[in-house]
Amino acid sequence: MEEIVVISGKGGTGKTTLTASFAVLAGGDAVLADADVDAANLSLLLTPQELESHPFIASDIAVLDRDRCTECGLCRELCRFDAISEDYRIDPLSCEGCSVCSRACPEKAINMEEVLSGHWFLSQTPYGKLVHARLGIAEENSGRLVTLVRNEARELAKEEKKRFLLTDGPPGIGCPVIASLSGATRALIVTEPTVSGIHDLKRVLLVCRQFEVPAAVCINRCDLDEDNTQKIEAFCAAESIEVVAKIPFYREITEALVKATPVVNHTRGPAAEDIARLWSNISGNSSS
Amino acid sequence: MIIAVASGKGGTGKTTVATNLALVLSWEREIQFLDCDVEEPNAHLFLKPALESAEPVPIPVPQVDLERCTYCGICADVCAFNAIMVGQETVLVFEPLCHGCGGCAYFCPEKAIKEIDRPIGVIERGDAGEISFVHGKLNPGEALSPPLISAVKKTINPAALTIIDASPGASCPVVEAIRGSDYCLLVTEPTPFGLNDLTIAVELLKKLHLPGGVVINRSLGGEGEASIEEYCRREGVPILLKMPWDRELASLYARGEAAVEHLPAWRRLFTGLADRILEEKKEDR
Repeated sequence: MEEIVVISGKGGTGKTTLTASFAVLAGGDAVLADADVDAANLSLLLTPQELESHPFIASDIAVLDRDRCTECGLCRELCRFDAISEDYRIDPLSCEGCSVCSRACPEKAINMEEVLSGHWFLSQTPYGKLVHARLGIAEENSGRLVTLVRNEARELAKEEKKRFLLTDGPPGIGCPVIASLSGATRALIVTEPTVSGIHDLKRVLLVCRQFEVPAAVCINRCDLDEDNTQKIEAFCAAESIEVVAKIPFYREITEALVKATPVVNHTRGPAAEDIARLWSNISGNSSS
Repeated sequence: MIIAVASGKGGTGKTTVATNLALVLSWEREIQFLDCDVEEPNAHLFLKPALESAEPVPIPVPQVDLERCTYCGICADVCAFNAIMVGQETVLVFEPLCHGCGGCAYFCPEKAIKEIDRPIGVIERGDAGEISFVHGKLNPGEALSPPLISAVKKTINPAALTIIDASPGASCPVVEAIRGSDYCLLVTEPTPFGLNDLTIAVELLKKLHLPGGVVINRSLGGEGEASIEEYCRREGVPILLKMPWDRELASLYARGEAAVEHLPAWRRLFTGLADRILEEKKEDR
């Protein structure tokens, strides 16, 4: 099975737009995963029917029993996350769930309680099954939720004997990105010819290298700044990274996004042709 | 006063808004800029500070003295992050998983664990014209950004007006970046993604009890925008600025140039935005 993960470093370069079209182009031979659990958008383009919904419980949080508390101060002294205030209130947003306070409290006045951190879903789309999730607002453990989404999607792809596991990744380079890359056979980095795009491409590429995931680059909106596009090409050549596509700005891509539909379903014009060529390039299909 | 700039969705224009706002404000008052998008910090590309120093930011991780260790396994039991494993005659520490809570060292009955510093990134500072600039840079391969964001925020100068550029999303790094601010701008775009992610960002502000307002980027009018306006009206969140779609702005951005330094129309737009925010905060200029 090919596990293709679409990432970018910088947000808003076109990850989800491209992944949705890849989902169509894979012709039913893929399981889809949305690993941007903070701001999941792939489902907006793929008209999913929800089949299953599961709670995601990943962490505990410290809860103080004020009747037992003698305000001895030990918990405040030990907490590295400044989660316990002077008047002994625990800020759930600061609590890291390490349980040091709970274990150390001589009065056993602090209990660790489970937190519902979000939900994950299995849905049916016209193009295959989609595993996606919603992390609770301001919750932690996005990395663990990503790992869960990808594991579920991977098992499903094996079960259904699909050729591809297609993952729409999160922006950045931190824990959810690392969790998205684990086990991937290929990363497609979508960048844009801006100083930010280039800067972030270089950093996310270092993460791919560190986790030994082979990467390829797609330059989106390549006609926005020809000089920067050339800089990206030169950088990729020097790093022996293949630039698998250069996609110019197409009005049809924006139109498809506004209509919440995959580009290749919206148009058969050059935008769709470019994306199809990119897909055959990274999926190893020489047809199309 | 601290103004944070966030957005659920990435690439909506947070850095454009934060840097241009900082520049127009810096013409009249003392401004400090903190780039708290430590995974992919970009503001320096536009503000071009002369970065002077790079201070490593560490978190404490355990180092086990095997002479003293009796392999009792308490440390592994204590660790909520599975960062330490005890075998028959070995102790394995998985440093990238460690959150630095210090539990293993505190509870070790043999005092066999001491904590050593492990760098996860750096803080760099410098002046960008009149703006005092600070950013954090997470080392690629590191998972945990909140401790670095927290270190960047420790540099806040209460005498200045501080602008914070946050990362996209709505989970722990964003919470760490925007909490404690006095006002939070949410930058969105008139697409279904923009609206979906704006609702997440508005929920986040409510949860943190932060006042805020919305900036719509790449505004073209039309349906997508009407649904954002409708949503903001329903939620009682003011729309402070609509940034028209502008090819010139996009190409300045591509080259790392700030719009307010080149285009008078954008200077007016951002001066207006600054006035609106200060008005929302009822602060005299």
